[in-house]
Amino acid sequence: MEALKIHIPDNEQYRELGAYIESVRNMPGPLINVLHKAQGIFGYLPMEVQAFISRELDIPLSTVYGVVTFYNFFSMTPRGKYVINVCMGTACYVKGAGKVVDYFKDELKVGEGETTEDNLFTLTTARCFGACGLAPVLMVNEDVYGHVDRKKVTEILKKYRSLG
Amino acid sequence: MAHRMNVLVCSGASCISNNSLKVKEALLAEIERLDLKREIKVIETGCMGPCQLGPVLLVYPDETLYKKVQVADVREIVEQHFLKGRPVERLMYKSPLTDELVHKSRDVDYFKKQYKIVLANCGSIDPESLDEYIAVGGYEALGKALTEMNPDSVLDEIKISGLRGRGGGGFPTHLKWMFTKNEKSKEKYVICNADEGDPGAFMDRSVIEGDPHTLIEGMAIAGYVVGASKGYIYVRAEYPLAIERLEKAIAQAKETGFLGENIFQTDFSFDLEVRVGAGAFVCGEETALIHSIEGKRGTPRPRPPYPSASGVWGKPTVLNNVETYANVRHIILNGGAWMAKIGTETSKGTKVFALSGTIKNTGLAEVPMGTTIRELIYDIGGGAPEGHEIKAVQLGGPSGGCVTPEYFDTPIDYESLTALGAMMGSGGVIAMDETACMVNTAKFFLDFTCFESCGKCVPCRVGLKQMYGILDKITKGEGEEEDIEALETLGKTIKATALCGLGQTAPNPVLSTIKFFRHEYEEHIFEKKCRALVCKDLISYEINKDACKACTLCAQKCPVDAIKGERGVVHEIQQEKCISCGNCYDVCPFGAVMRLSGEN
Repeated sequence: MEALKIHIPDNEQYRELGAYIESVRNMPGPLINVLHKAQGIFGYLPMEVQAFISRELDIPLSTVYGVVTFYNFFSMTPRGKYVINVCMGTACYVKGAGKVVDYFKDELKVGEGETTEDNLFTLTTARCFGACGLAPVLMVNEDVYGHVDRKKVTEILKKYRSLG
Repeated sequence: MAHRMNVLVCSGASCISNNSLKVKEALLAEIERLDLKREIKVIETGCMGPCQLGPVLLVYPDETLYKKVQVADVREIVEQHFLKGRPVERLMYKSPLTDELVHKSRDVDYFKKQYKIVLANCGSIDPESLDEYIAVGGYEALGKALTEMNPDSVLDEIKISGLRGRGGGGFPTHLKWMFTKNEKSKEKYVICNADEGDPGAFMDRSVIEGDPHTLIEGMAIAGYVVGASKGYIYVRAEYPLAIERLEKAIAQAKETGFLGENIFQTDFSFDLEVRVGAGAFVCGEETALIHSIEGKRGTPRPRPPYPSASGVWGKPTVLNNVETYANVRHIILNGGAWMAKIGTETSKGTKVFALSGTIKNTGLAEVPMGTTIRELIYDIGGGAPEGHEIKAVQLGGPSGGCVTPEYFDTPIDYESLTALGAMMGSGGVIAMDETACMVNTAKFFLDFTCFESCGKCVPCRVGLKQMYGILDKITKGEGEEEDIEALETLGKTIKATALCGLGQTAPNPVLSTIKFFRHEYEEHIFEKKCRALVCKDLISYEINKDACKACTLCAQKCPVDAIKGERGVVHEIQQEKCISCGNCYDVCPFGAVMRLSGEN
């Protein structure tokens, strides 16, 4: 069988990842740390990034791919500039998180896990953020918004649209 | 130099998202403006517990608790209270029972029935300051263990204390430690499970964010007992602030010599490393967590061998959760007998619960074991909001079950909750009122566990999917008579045959809702009725002709043009077109849209 040939460009992003890999080379079991770093640099984990990690860490590509697809946090598709992450933990669910997701679907015209055409927003859901006291809760990148209702959804989108 | 006044600003995750950091900035600016810097100190603390009241400020020595403080309130607080000594009453807590102002934070109902051991420092010290931790007795327990005790005598104290795992299982901590200690191996490890995945539980997050050194100290003592020189803290990626504070605390401890080589000039050396999870609920299971630390897919494996014999990198490993380790320093300082006096016959000490759902006071509460469910949700939680009634509380997350009001006087301990079909779990308490549909709630949990099932064993991978399918059918009004029995048979089989804790407990929410709310299942199946008006396919919408003001707002918002009528002509919903989306119900300013179920 022909080996998978993937072209890996030589650029600043790969050099940064390469330097990180060097720094953890002697650490046991570094794969998940490296994947976190890579997703931080590239925003997602396309096949060529996984191939690069596989080569540098000398771990089979199938193993890297297996780990990437196992964990919810890792994504193989590009994300929007703002990732809207609606908490679907029990407390939020009881307080209407399902409706919050529907409001976003309605306003953004995308489904769960999808990105808007202008690459501004990605709509996702997550398991409990541990901010149940504020249910329903969502995060836009690192910012937390609590007690979200329809009005707040509109306000949030307006705010990030104006930031561009 | 001592300050005349200390102002504690809660910077738990909840308060931060309600702007507490901006409030803190405003406080500092105002204090600077009035030149009070030498008299008043502002301290950022971890979660104080009453998240519903956030952002919360606590002013010492007066013990004044301010609630819902915003930037605009800051000037008044500083000028009136800090400068002139007149507390700002409009921002103080009022007892909902007597409507009177509460002047001392310790008299606030929410705190009165609590007993803080694990959360003792949360909300009272600056989590980023090692000095403050030391000032409240930090690392004294580690010093005492290393210089005045030997591993056996430390283990004895843990045994006497009766401490059991706070992550859910309730396994006696001293046994875990003893098994690992007795293994002959040069290399051993201590792991902390901070992959707090149960939806509705956030105590581990609060301990790490509010008092990270307590965890470090507890783990170092565990390392001393079992003979380990390295530890890992596995934290979920969803908790960036916890990770940041933990990394900072570890660096401080290393710098000061509480971690590293020859701690307290003894032969004991211990180092800690944070490993960040990547979003997989199953990694809360110990063997899956160990695989994840090793950089692999987080799938569980059959036990034995238990981690105490073969854990991370195949070496003997002791693994506990955050709250368990947070108890350790208190046991060493006060003696095991002290903790054994708190709690019930089988469950000693305290437990932290996270209150959420339809309850007045959401937040964290630490109570002695043996406190009743009623005390927890009414005396501390304040009960349901006005006009609502709690019909069940869900304990133990997706692995637990619900408990109904007739059992609310049950004292909380590991055994009594399991006997009710619920479980202690990690301590998530979610209150539900009449607006929650129990069939749909069960379906929600199954959706969660189906998604999070790692797929390794058949009962969990296939069985849960089958159960979900049946529940889905019932909520869509397509349920059949034999469905309830099929759910029970499947549930019991999965419990008996699944590989790990996830599968073995996943049917619990279904079995327990069938046990307590069988009538709701039957209504869905036989009457096509959802009494909570949640299940979309069983609801129809109608317009109350007497209340409709013919404003056309509902017609404008209807995505399928199912609403007839125009200005001045009362609206009507054409049932054959309606998709039950509920938009009209949400937008009607007059409450004229009615939701009906099972009334045909």
